[in-house]
This record gives sequence, structure tokens and C-alpha cells, in this order.
Amino acid sequence: MVSCPSIKNILLLDSEGKRVAVKYFSDDWATLNAKLAFEKSVFTKTQKTNARTEAEITMFDNYIIVYKFIHDLHFFVTGGDEENELILATVLQGFFDSVGLLLRGDVEKRTALENLDLILLCIDEIVDGGIILETDANAIAGKVATNSVDGTTVSQALATAREHLARSLLK
Amino acid sequence: MAQPLVKKDDDRDDEEEYSPFLGIEKGSVLQEARVFNDPQLDARRCSQVITKLLYLLNQGETFTKIEATEVFFSVTKLFQSKDSGLRRMVYLIIKELSPSADEVIIVTSSLMKDMNSKTDMYRANAIRVLSRIIDGTLLTQIERYLKQAIVDKNSVVASAALVSGVHLLETNPDIVKRWSNEVQEAVQSRAALVQFHALALLHQIRQNDRLAVSKLVTSLTRGNVRSPLAQCLLIRYTSQVIRESGTQTGERPFFDFLEASLRQKAEMVIFEAARLTPAITVLQLFLSSSKPVLRFAAVRTLNKVAMAHPLAVTNCNIDMESLISDQNRSIATLAITTLLKTGNESSVDRLMKQITNFMSDISDEFKIVVVEAIRSLCLKFPLKYRSLRGGFDFKKAIVDSIVLLIRDIPDAKESGLLHLCEFIEDCEFTYLSTQILHFIGNEGPKTSDPSKYIRYIYNRVILENATVRAAAVSTLAKFGALVAPHLILLRRCLYDIDDEVRDRATLYLDTLASGESEATNDQTDEDVKGFLFGSLGIPLNNLETSLQKYEVSKEPFDIASVPKEVKSQPLVEKKAAGKKPTGLGPPASKPTSAVDAYERLLSSIPEFSSFGKLFKSSAPVELTEAETEYSVNVVKHVYDGHVVLQYNCTNTIPEQLLENVTVLVDASEAEEFSEVAVWPLKSLPYDSPGQTFVAFEKPEGAVSAGKFSNLLKFIVKEVDPSTGEAEEEGVEDEYQLEEVEIVAADYMLKNERVDEYGLGPRDSLSEAVSAVINILGMHPCEVPHVPPLGVFIGNAKVLVRLAFGIDASKHVAMKLAVRSDDPSVSEAIHDIVNG
Repeated sequence: MVSCPSIKNILLLDSEGKRVAVKYFSDDWATLNAKLAFEKSVFTKTQKTNARTEAEITMFDNYIIVYKFIHDLHFFVTGGDEENELILATVLQGFFDSVGLLLRGDVEKRTALENLDLILLCIDEIVDGGIILETDANAIAGKVATNSVDGTTVSQALATAREHLARSLLK
Repeated sequence: MAQPLVKKDDDRDDEEEYSPFLGIEKGSVLQEARVFNDPQLDARRCSQVITKLLYLLNQGETFTKIEATEVFFSVTKLFQSKDSGLRRMVYLIIKELSPSADEVIIVTSSLMKDMNSKTDMYRANAIRVLSRIIDGTLLTQIERYLKQAIVDKNSVVASAALVSGVHLLETNPDIVKRWSNEVQEAVQSRAALVQFHALALLHQIRQNDRLAVSKLVTSLTRGNVRSPLAQCLLIRYTSQVIRESGTQTGERPFFDFLEASLRQKAEMVIFEAARLTPAITVLQLFLSSSKPVLRFAAVRTLNKVAMAHPLAVTNCNIDMESLISDQNRSIATLAITTLLKTGNESSVDRLMKQITNFMSDISDEFKIVVVEAIRSLCLKFPLKYRSLRGGFDFKKAIVDSIVLLIRDIPDAKESGLLHLCEFIEDCEFTYLSTQILHFIGNEGPKTSDPSKYIRYIYNRVILENATVRAAAVSTLAKFGALVAPHLILLRRCLYDIDDEVRDRATLYLDTLASGESEATNDQTDEDVKGFLFGSLGIPLNNLETSLQKYEVSKEPFDIASVPKEVKSQPLVEKKAAGKKPTGLGPPASKPTSAVDAYERLLSSIPEFSSFGKLFKSSAPVELTEAETEYSVNVVKHVYDGHVVLQYNCTNTIPEQLLENVTVLVDASEAEEFSEVAVWPLKSLPYDSPGQTFVAFEKPEGAVSAGKFSNLLKFIVKEVDPSTGEAEEEGVEDEYQLEEVEIVAADYMLKNERVDEYGLGPRDSLSEAVSAVINILGMHPCEVPHVPPLGVFIGNAKVLVRLAFGIDASKHVAMKLAVRSDDPSVSEAIHDIVNG
């Protein structure tokens, strides 16, 4: 059975393996516990590796996981073991770079949480139900940013994000 | 007005725990969601609340049915706002909440309105949301919008519709199939990803129609493929067509397409084509990429290919070997398992050495893979692993892996044990054989049919050297009552020439007999079992030391039980050399005083005290020439399982004080030895000799030979000769010494006896040789570094040198030199020949 390239999940974890933003596109992990267990395995297995310059890759339980770390954030993309690893790597790169664009280079957990809406929209624009929508970081970031008021640019979106932050502080 | 939670500018250090969601709680957020009902909507605020809700959902928080419904209803009110940022968040949360059918109705009209909106992002996202939440009836209502969207000018909209089509195809295939024309049009789209999505959808629609797929592929392989993803799809479909068509006709263009794909720029395309063809040379190139993902992808594919067609992958062996040390352990494991399939005999040795280091690194699931691969390798090279001399590491690795297999895979136990039994039939390493016998003794009795192993063990009792015989006796005992019908063989062991074997046989026979006669007594049974299988409560080293202190007198040598079959080293052709005998007469007595002195010195060093009884110490061998600054000689101390090199050093320079003196030994030409301890010489002043030691482990009972190169290393401090005081600071230095060789003769105590015999007329020299050999009951063999025939009987080592001469009248004369550490053995052998 020939199949379209399919993504099983996208995970953004912090430096302790806790969730920042995650999205599953497969029923392979039916319960919350199954998902958490998977995230723990993935995190532990990759913790000691250095995935900061080049994207790294690993395999277990018939899943292929490509990943990259920056600062205190760990980016993961998972596919099945029949999948073309380079396609997974391209998706990872798109995710990684678009987050970088959206957070204006300040890619760390704090900023990610402060702009969680952007991160979630970003993931939403990359994969739909497991099918790859877009892999180009500029295109992805563009789709996210234009959802701000009157199709503003990324920098204005960032300004909006800062406003969000200010407001939540003053709550 | 609430107080700020954290001051914005100062205390950046405090921020590790800071999160905008610190202290967030579902109840209060749900309360906040009431703002959705405000007539004057605050877009920013509503967006924030939605973000918080999404955060909660993302963290695993669950909403009850009622809560979810309430939130959903409130969210629908947000369609009133024109803020696009907010609208986007609304789309997100609707998808997350997954409303039920009756709830969906409320938003349908709003979403349908958005589907026709001027704003591209609204159209695209509304389509995606709708497709996610609607059922068949609603779908027919919006069908025409979707069809329009598929061919929309805006690529984002078109992609959204096409991807939604792929999802909808699963639940409503008949409806989606009606969109073929539009999808077909989209395949021709200029927008890269639209083509990709259209291709995916069209293939899904047509996948059961082989001809249609073939046509699809044909049209596109000739046409323009606009994105790497689309190309990958096409490669997959093309190889599917080739596979399914079976016939050769019309396939040329497909192959051409695949080949052309190998030369594309995008790596994912090259790889997709390479892995499906498979194109080994291309994959081989990827093996040396700097990117881990590429190396992994290539080695994984080659690994799969190698499992079915190992010969196809052999060209990659060299590249694979360098991957064994890859930082990425998954890559390394795949490389090793591939090499185990594709490796040839020479590379296998290298591999086995690396595997033993490697096994501790990898996860259990990979371990099983590696062990299985090793097993099939053993089957592939049975000759290799049986007759490999000097391949101790190799054999040990195999044995370890079989033991692992038995432990981890219960089904493999029986065949694994049999494997081990066959292994010890040919194993010349006493250490390994005894370990294996011990293991069989523990595992064998537990199997369903233990008696099949007994035969192998009996053979060891008859055929092997004393150490192995003793181990075999113990193993037999563990089989307990099963051995009973064959006790006669154990009884024969009572006459074994070796003390250990006899003692063990006696002990076990008694134990088993008592077990039998009181078979109903459970306590005795327990005792027997505990005795056979239990372990000593005291450390073995202590036991050994106390035993050594106990004096034992030697038993009379019983010639009748010299075994006819003797385990020997592998056969090689060699003619006897004529060497002058070193001497006749009564065997030289051991130089007791020197040995005692050495023994005392060595046992005073804690690291060496566990080595057991010192067997022999060599005479000092000079490692430096005369008149040199540092004079070093070496004494070789031989133990059963160890060798200690004692370096006697003298410093002949008055102006120097040497400290921390050690010898760096390179044992790469002494494969059976491994360095286990170093005893440095703390201080070596002028003209005051001192010793430094290096200890090696070697297989027990084996006559291991090797060459060791030596480098004297030390810290040198200047000494003022007038005061005799040394400087505070020293300089590191080294001094090359001569090599040390350990040969078989080092294991011999000299008890030599030489005699000449006439053997009368014989047909040929070789016939004469065979005759003598039969009489002696020995096998000729060759041990490198040692002159012609050498043989070892039990624990009494015997070196026999036979020089044959045949004259014109075919009379054979034989000169027999026998050297042994037991003088009565030398006598005995001469007697055999005489009589």
C-alpha cells in the first residue's frame, strides 16, 4: 500500500521533557498516559545527544523521530518506520525555522509560552491531520502572521504578542 | 487593579520558574470565558482567554461534557467580531473541542459564510474546520464550495480543500470521488504544493484502478513536477506501478524517471528514489554525509537490503565500518548488524572485537538483533570459529552472545545449549570450556530433555585436559539422578591421573549415592542440591591462600592410566629439527631459594596475591646494553592464569633521582595477554636497585606466547651530588628498552631426559613417525616459537622432541628428548618407547 507521507506527531518540550506545545495526528497513542509515556521515552532517549548544530535522528518502537534542540527547547517530529527520513527532517526544519521567525530569534521556553498562540497556529499551518501542508518557514510564518489585525507583518504580530504579555502581567 | 505578578525589568534571574500560565486553573479560566458573551467584544482579551484554554487542553486537562459544551457555545458568539486574529483562534479551539453533531449546526452557517469570504485565510481555515466537524448530509450542502475551492486561485485555499478531501475520502468516499475533474485540474497547478496535495488526493481516489494510476504516473513523469514532495509521491507511485505491472512492456519511461530522480537536487527526492530502486551506490555516498539524518537514512535502507541480499551491499563495507564509531548509537547499531550480514571472514574478526565493547552501550531490543546476527554468522563460518587459533576474544564473544541469547530468548535455550556443547568439542581454550561446562551444568538440568547434553559432557571427561575434566565431572554431578545409570564412567574418574579430577569424582559419587539411598528424605535432597549448585560463603582468594599453606605430598605416578587420547594444539607439517640435548642425568632440582625469594616478594604486593602459586620464574634477561644510564633487566614470573614481569632497575647517574618509575608495555603482539596491574617504583636513587612490576592475565593453563615492547617512564629530578638533595620539581622522561618475549619454554621446568633408539626397518619415515606416535598415545602438533613436537598431558607438561633419521637400509633411528616438569613423566615416556 503506497501512502502519502504522514506525520504522527509534533512535539515541543522544555529542557525537562515537559510539554510546551504538542499535537498528535495519529491514534497510536489513544490515552493521555500513552502520550506522556511516549514523550518521556523520546526525551530520555535523546537527552544526552547534541542536536544543536545538526538535526539528529533516532528510532524506537517502530517510530522514527527527528529532533533539534535550541536553548531550553526541544523540537521533535515523529513518523512511522516506513517513512522517508528526509521528509521528516524537512518538516522539522520548517517547524524550527518558522518558530524562530515568529519569536523573532528569541527562541526559548519563556518566549514560546508568552506567544503560545503563535506556536499553536504555527503547528496548525504545518500539518493537517497528518498530511504535510507546508514546509517552507517563510510561508508558514506568513500564514500565521497575516492572521493578526488587517494582515500585519511579523514584527507587528510580535508587538501584539508583547501587548498580550503586558496585559497578562497587569491582570 | 491587580498588582503586577512580576516586575518586568529587574530580577531576570528569578525567571526560571516564570511562566505566563503560572498558577493557571481550569475553573477560573472557564469563569474568564464569560467575556465571550459581552456585547462589546474585547478581541485581545478574548484571544488571551482562548490561548489559556488551549494551553489547558494541551497540558492534558480534560473538560467535562458540560464544560466543553458551554465553552463551545460561548466561542460561537465570537464570530461577531471582525478581528481576524481572534477569528483564527476561534478556528483553532473549535477544532480542539470537537463538537458533537447537534452542536456543530450552530456554527455551520458562520463557517459557510467564511468559506465564501474575501479574506483568503478565512476561506482556507473555514474549509478545514468544516471538513473536520461535519457529517455526510452537511457535506453535500457545502460540496460545491469545496469543488470551487479546489481550483481556487489562492494556493492556500486550494491546498486546504484538497487536504480536507483526503480526510473526507475515508468517511465519504462516494462524495469525494465526484470531484475528480477538479482535482485533476489542480494537479496541473503551478503552485508547488497544490500539485502535491492534488496528486495525493487523486491517487487515493484512483488507487484501486491500476490503469488509471498508471496513466496518472505517465502523464506526470513527462510533465512538470513542481515540488520535491510531489516528486517523492510520484516516485512512490511509479515504483508501485512497476511492481504491480509484472510485465516488461512500457516500463522504460518509468525506470528513466526513477533514474532521473536520482540526479535531482533535492536530497529527499534522491533518497526516495535510491531507497525504492534500491540504488546502492547513491546510498553509499550518503553514508559519509555530515548530516546524521542522511547517514541514518542510508544505513537503515542498506540494512534492510542486506537482510535479503547481503552480496549487493558488500561494496559498502568499508564505509559501514567507519560508522561503527558514529556518535549516533542508532546509526552505529545499524552499521554493525549490516556488517554482520555482509562481512567477510577477515572483517568479521575486527567486528567481533568491537562488538564486545559495544554491547553494553545499546538498548535491549538492539541487543537481540545483534545476537541473532552473530548466530547466523556462526552458521555461515563454522570452520572459522572452530579452528581459529589465537581467536580467544572472538570465541569468547560468540559464547557470550549465545549465553545472552539463551538468557533473553527462552525458545533459543535448547538449540543454544546444543551449540555450546558442540563448541566445547573443538575449543582449545581451557578457560572457555570450563565456563561453558559450568553454564551447561546450571541450565541443562532445567530443560525438558537434559540427557542429550550428557553425552557431550562425558566426552569431555574422557578427552580433555585435567582442568576441563574436573569441570566436566562437576557438571555431570549437577545432572543428578540422570547420571545414575552411567555412574560407571564417573567411577572411572576415580583413577584419573589428576588429583582434582579424582577428588571431585569421589565427592560427587558419595553425594549422589547418599542422595539416592535416602531419596525420600527431602532434607538430604536439599543438601545435595545446595551442595551442587550453591556457592561458597567465603571468598575464594582466602580459601586458596590457606590451602596453599597446607602441605600436600605427591601421589605415586600411575602409568597405566596415562590417557590414550590427549587434547592437542592444531596440526601443522613440521620435520623434527636436530637440536643438541641439554643434559642427562637426574632431573635438576628446583632452585628453591631463588623461587622462594621471588614468591615472597610477589605475594607482598596485594595486586598479585590472588594469582595463586608461582609456577616458575625465569632468569633475568637484560633489556639494556652495558654502560647505559639506566640498567634494566626483566624476570618473567609465570602463574597458571597470569604472568608478572619484574623489571629490576638501576640508576647509574649520581646527579639524578628517578621517581614514579613504571614500564609502559605494548602488548599488541601478545594477543592472549591483557594487562591487569602495574606496581610502580616510587623512588630510584643512584646506585640503589629497585623493582617495578607489570602483571598480565592470560587464559588459565594455556601456553600463551607473545612479544612485549617496553618503555621505561619516570620523573627525573636533579640531585646536587655534594648535598645529596634533590630538586622540588621533576621532568617527565622516558627511555626505550629492549623487547621481552614469552615463549613456551618459559612454562617448562627443566627435567630433561634424552635417549636414542633404533626402530628397526620401516617402510618410510612417516610410517615410523606414526608408529611412535601411536605408542606414545600423543598427537604431533606445532606450537609456534617452539621446536617441533610438543604435547601436554594433563597438568604435567611434557615437551617431546623426536629426531628421526632413516638410512639407506631403511633403518630408522630416533632420538627422543623428553622435557617435563614431572621427572617421573619423562621416565615414563622413555619406558613406553622402550617397552
